[in-house]
Amino acid sequence: MISKFALCLGAGLFALAAATAAQAQEPMKIGVVSVLTGPGAALGQQLRDGFQLAVDKNGGKLGGVPVQITVIDDELKPDVAVGKVRGFVEGGKVDFVVGPIFSNILGAIAKPVLDSGAILISPNAGPSTMAGKACHENFFVTSYQNDQVHEVLGKYAQDQGFKRAYIIAPNYQAGKDSLAGFKNHYKGEIVDEVYAPLTSMDFASDLAKIASTKPDVVFAFLPGGLGVNFVKQWSQAGLQGKIPFLSAFTVDESTLPAQQDAAVGLFGGMTWAPNMDNPQSKAFVAAYEAAYKIVPGSYAMQAYDAAMLIDSAVKAAGGAGDKAKVRAELKKANFTSLRGKFKFNTNGYPIQDFYLVKVAKRPDGKFQTEIAQKVFTDYADPHAKDCALK
Amino acid sequence: MTTSLLIVQILNGLQLGILLFLVAAGLTLVFGVMDFINLAHGVQYMLGAYLAVTFVALTGSFVLGLVLALAAALVIGLALEFLVFRHLYERDHLDQVLATFGLILLLNQGVKIVWGAAPLSVPVPEFLTGSVRLMDGILYPTYRFALIGSGLAVAGLLWFIVEKTRTGMLLRAGASNASMVSALGVDIRKLFMIVFAFGTMLAGFAGAMAAPILSVEPGMGDSILILAFVVIVVGGIGSIRGAFVGALIVGLVDTLGRSFMNDLLRLFMSAPSARATGAALSSMLIYLVMAMVLFVRPEGLLPAKGRS
Repeated sequence: MISKFALCLGAGLFALAAATAAQAQEPMKIGVVSVLTGPGAALGQQLRDGFQLAVDKNGGKLGGVPVQITVIDDELKPDVAVGKVRGFVEGGKVDFVVGPIFSNILGAIAKPVLDSGAILISPNAGPSTMAGKACHENFFVTSYQNDQVHEVLGKYAQDQGFKRAYIIAPNYQAGKDSLAGFKNHYKGEIVDEVYAPLTSMDFASDLAKIASTKPDVVFAFLPGGLGVNFVKQWSQAGLQGKIPFLSAFTVDESTLPAQQDAAVGLFGGMTWAPNMDNPQSKAFVAAYEAAYKIVPGSYAMQAYDAAMLIDSAVKAAGGAGDKAKVRAELKKANFTSLRGKFKFNTNGYPIQDFYLVKVAKRPDGKFQTEIAQKVFTDYADPHAKDCALK
Repeated sequence: MTTSLLIVQILNGLQLGILLFLVAAGLTLVFGVMDFINLAHGVQYMLGAYLAVTFVALTGSFVLGLVLALAAALVIGLALEFLVFRHLYERDHLDQVLATFGLILLLNQGVKIVWGAAPLSVPVPEFLTGSVRLMDGILYPTYRFALIGSGLAVAGLLWFIVEKTRTGMLLRAGASNASMVSALGVDIRKLFMIVFAFGTMLAGFAGAMAAPILSVEPGMGDSILILAFVVIVVGGIGSIRGAFVGALIVGLVDTLGRSFMNDLLRLFMSAPSARATGAALSSMLIYLVMAMVLFVRPEGLLPAKGRS
């Protein structure tokens, strides 16, 4: 009898101990919201893979706590994104939501995520609204404020003394914001300001106009397939190397595999490039290429930084349970960014350096952007003054 | 606006028109002869481009890659005909639209699984790189000339087949009155299959020829499909000549509108408002043309005979 009792007691205690251990190791729930179908999927995959790479590197844990990642495809449709994300955050306690790529999706999912009490970290989209009046204590951005990337090229064009600029963007809100951002710092003459239809395939007529108006510089914001078409046709029209080509989100690691030699020598603006000279970035690029066989772009880099940010904050706060503590630690940005320097402004957006980057062909035949020169140092967005957070 | 710019823009318009013609020719045949609405025609264009990417990379030769891509596009087209379209000929238009729209979703996702989501490209063949000098200060890419030339050659070939051969005669008869042709003892199924295979190959050819100048990506066929429908509505359904004329009109109107609308409006507007109006107006210009044609000649400019 006694031995049986002891056995039961032993088993009970063991079960109890196991339960407490499980409780301590209860996984952190993280939702990764990204676009995985449709034209933006190449960017969305980098976000998902960059985040996963950081988690894998830490042995499936962030800040010492195991993580349970749910990947949500927003399909680049705000209504779909809201439905899926709301279902996810209402389905159980969620600690972090990381994503998305596009600002219109962020606008749609921000409220349900923040209302649920989860912390939202955007590894790409950085709209001006959420940097200013609509800022939130649980919202952080590991990329940039959208306008800043376009401003890099405007500032560079101004510094170079280019007199006449031809600027082109798609005919939608982000395109208009882009050209406005370029003109914030560029004060020369605008030869022509073109808004191309979002469905444009052939830019031959625009290129013929560029060839005939002979501007000193061309600035383009033509993301994804638009940029692939434009850059290929730019080179076929014999303009490559003749007119300086500045761009935002037009030549990057997501489009270079298609643009190849046609893009060599063209300029973009970014906070980082795969040839960034620091040990953590070199290790990241090597690991990403080994795992996914492509050169990582800023989308992967920013998602990786988002994971490392969570890692640092959860570690310092001793778990993800106490939101106030985690938030305080997140604000410190006490992690090693792949960019080197990184700190948060009062509105949860970064203060960081921006570079002019130039497309180059690597010795192994792959293409990547490389840092050409620094354009802004410790650059903060101007919207922070409208944000009530301190 | 200078004369040289105008000449280059007219060439650009022609080249867009030729590309549209290659897609629209197949669409108008299938629609006209078989009374079958094939929304999946655009994805066949996309498949042509993707197959060109693969085969040009495999063989290292553009011409060889193009031939193999055409053959593969034909095989895929026939397989689709056998598996899907054949069962839809008797159904009404709504069923056809639903089923072929489903194919668009399926194949767009399919190419993403096989080739990845990132845009791909085909290098311009070595012997067609560079530009041709037309006159002082006017350069035009050689490859675009080749595209115009090959499109004109296909148009000539089609004209010959449709106007001068027995199959062409049956095609024309089928476009006017399919049930009568069938009643006269012609194997209409076989005719349909030939038409369909040919249309698929034309779309595949257009995709493969476009691959060196456009980015090859999932969904690339969707925007061209809409334009192709505009072309066949303007030209007249079922008519190859109509498709040719319609395609050139749409190509020229779109290109010239996009490049000169701003300058035109600036004559009597301030620059910013001309820019905003110009961008809006030039992107709807072809639809205005279509509306006008529908108003004046509801059956299109050059409709197939016996159709009204």
